[in-house]
Amino acid sequence: MTHVLKIEDLHVSVGDKPILRGVNLTINHGETHALMGPNGSGKSTLGLAIMGHPGYEVTGGSITLDGADVLDMEPDERARAGIFMAFQRPMAIPGVKMADFLRHATTNVRRPDRKEGEELIPMREFRKELKDKMEHLRMDVEFARRYVNDGFSGGEMKRAEILQLAMLQPKFAVLDETDSGLDADAVRLASESIADIGHQKMGLLIITHHDKLLEHNPPQFTHVMLGGRLVETGGKELAEELHRHGYDRIRKAYPEAEARNQEMLAEEAIV
Amino acid sequence: MSSSTVHAFDEAGFEALLDHVAEPDWLVALRREAFEHASKMDWPHRRHEEWIRTDIRTFQLNKYGLPNFAGAEALPNSPHQLVEGVELGGRIETVDSGVVTHSLSQELADKGVVFGPLSEIANSHPDLVRPHLFTAFDPDHDKFAALHAAFMSGGQFLYVPRGVTITQPLHIGSIMTDGGTDTTHTLVVVEEGAEATVLHESNSLDPNAGGLHLGSIELIQKPGSHLRFVSLQEWGHKAYHFAQQKAVIDRDCTLQWTIAAMGSMLSKVNQTVDLVGPGADSQVNGVMFTEGRQHLAYHTQQHHRAPSCHSDFLYKSAQQDKSRTVWRGMIKVDPIAQKTDGYQRNDNLVLSPAARADSIPGLEIEADDVRCTHGSTTSKVDEEQIFYARCRGFTQKEATRMIVTGFFQQIFDRITIESVREALGAAIARQVREYE
Repeated sequence: MTHVLKIEDLHVSVGDKPILRGVNLTINHGETHALMGPNGSGKSTLGLAIMGHPGYEVTGGSITLDGADVLDMEPDERARAGIFMAFQRPMAIPGVKMADFLRHATTNVRRPDRKEGEELIPMREFRKELKDKMEHLRMDVEFARRYVNDGFSGGEMKRAEILQLAMLQPKFAVLDETDSGLDADAVRLASESIADIGHQKMGLLIITHHDKLLEHNPPQFTHVMLGGRLVETGGKELAEELHRHGYDRIRKAYPEAEARNQEMLAEEAIV
Repeated sequence: MSSSTVHAFDEAGFEALLDHVAEPDWLVALRREAFEHASKMDWPHRRHEEWIRTDIRTFQLNKYGLPNFAGAEALPNSPHQLVEGVELGGRIETVDSGVVTHSLSQELADKGVVFGPLSEIANSHPDLVRPHLFTAFDPDHDKFAALHAAFMSGGQFLYVPRGVTITQPLHIGSIMTDGGTDTTHTLVVVEEGAEATVLHESNSLDPNAGGLHLGSIELIQKPGSHLRFVSLQEWGHKAYHFAQQKAVIDRDCTLQWTIAAMGSMLSKVNQTVDLVGPGADSQVNGVMFTEGRQHLAYHTQQHHRAPSCHSDFLYKSAQQDKSRTVWRGMIKVDPIAQKTDGYQRNDNLVLSPAARADSIPGLEIEADDVRCTHGSTTSKVDEEQIFYARCRGFTQKEATRMIVTGFFQQIFDRITIESVREALGAAIARQVREYE
């Protein structure tokens, strides 16, 4: 059976401000989708709504995973169901080592029925797997002993998100600007790593402003978000066009969505 | 209490205690002076800076009897945790300030180490006790201190001779029964170049037990000596805990003093390190974790009385329910104490809207060539941290527990004794619950 993540007519508000206004998107396992769009168009909101951020209220529509109602699940239940997001700005958890964090996370995701307090996956087994994955991603094993995202550089945070993706092996992953804030070498490394771990092995929704990531992970579908809606969907060539020429054509073609995007940006500036 | 006569904190009780302990004249004289002072002293005034945040109007001394100086019986199950898996060099256990057991390994006794009940050793080794007793502790500090000095019982004394290194920790355990009284006085003297580790813990048998602790710890370090002192306070949550705890450390000494304050209904503790010889180096680590309506007030001081000393201080406190902690810290640098390097920091994690953390750092610097820094932070558990962890499969409760444990990790990283790390971790884990 092919897993399907299906988003239908999704409306999401933050506070009483509508951000997403009817998003439709179906991702099959193994597909790579690029999600592009100017700043403030609602791309990260879609990711956070998929994960169930308590500050993002779904006011209409549905999200289902293989037919199961995702909106009915707590964020940790979504993770255990196989949905993952690599955060644009991951949170630091001081005092908690990456290895301990990942061991607990990996156990919970692999054993969705695990109750609080039950055994974690054996230390030896976990350490070996973590070490292998880190070597594969060309990461220093010392990294596992550091506190989660605490004092990490921008690049280290993104690498840590990719490591989590590799360990948790979700069915679907939203990668929210996993290539931003990195130098050219780091972007290439991140792109290769993601291609290696995720391309064709998961359903990927890649939010990006750069072309490198998509070069290594060529999308079957490119979606353009503007003013909280997906205004256009194309193939790989649409992503290439937007990289080359920017969003002028899109803004002109969808004046209503563009006006809403400007409104949302202005409100964001006030906040 | 099980004894037939319950003595009160009055003259008759005082005389009965003196009769029983049979201490040398010089010590009796110290007690008499303290008793006289205590009788004349008022309870601390609410407007006194040290008491302005700590309300003791509901405290009534006459609700408590004197400690069990006539002798107590050992309890079948010791609640102590720091000893788990540790090979000890010796131990003393008291119940309501009555010594129930004490021991010291032959090897340490042969090296001249003295460890046992304070009253006994004051008789057998007055030359070791008399020059040090009450040199760090000030019986005139307030009425609680004076009462402690007059009525102390079941005290413990450790003497580590010159150049002797004790690798096996010594354990001092005080247990208080529900409604009981503990007035133990801990005196540790570490001679030149000597080295020791002491694990000190205070427990009630029941986490909801009441009682009264009027206590003191004195740590005296001679030049070039090294001491690790761990103090875990887990009195019952209806108990009062009044204590003065002070170390005086001389030239080129190192002191690592770790405090965990989890218990009591109300604590008012003064913890001081005096650095009196050049090159002395102290590290103070503190963990406070409160719940219910607990009120824990710690007034700390790093007093630089000699040049070129280093003092490092870190307290981490988390508060839940309607509990409150007070930390008031001071780095005091005397005019002579040039080249002082002093650091103090208190971090707070407030876990519920009705909990409160008062954090008041202070510097009093009279030398001009010093480096002193201080900091204080107060934060809540960040909802974004919780969400992030939940996106990785952690439940709300698991995420909170992890974040709170992580908050204290910085202290754990500084503790080199595994049993202490484990006991602290367990104590914290017992107290963490779900927050909404």
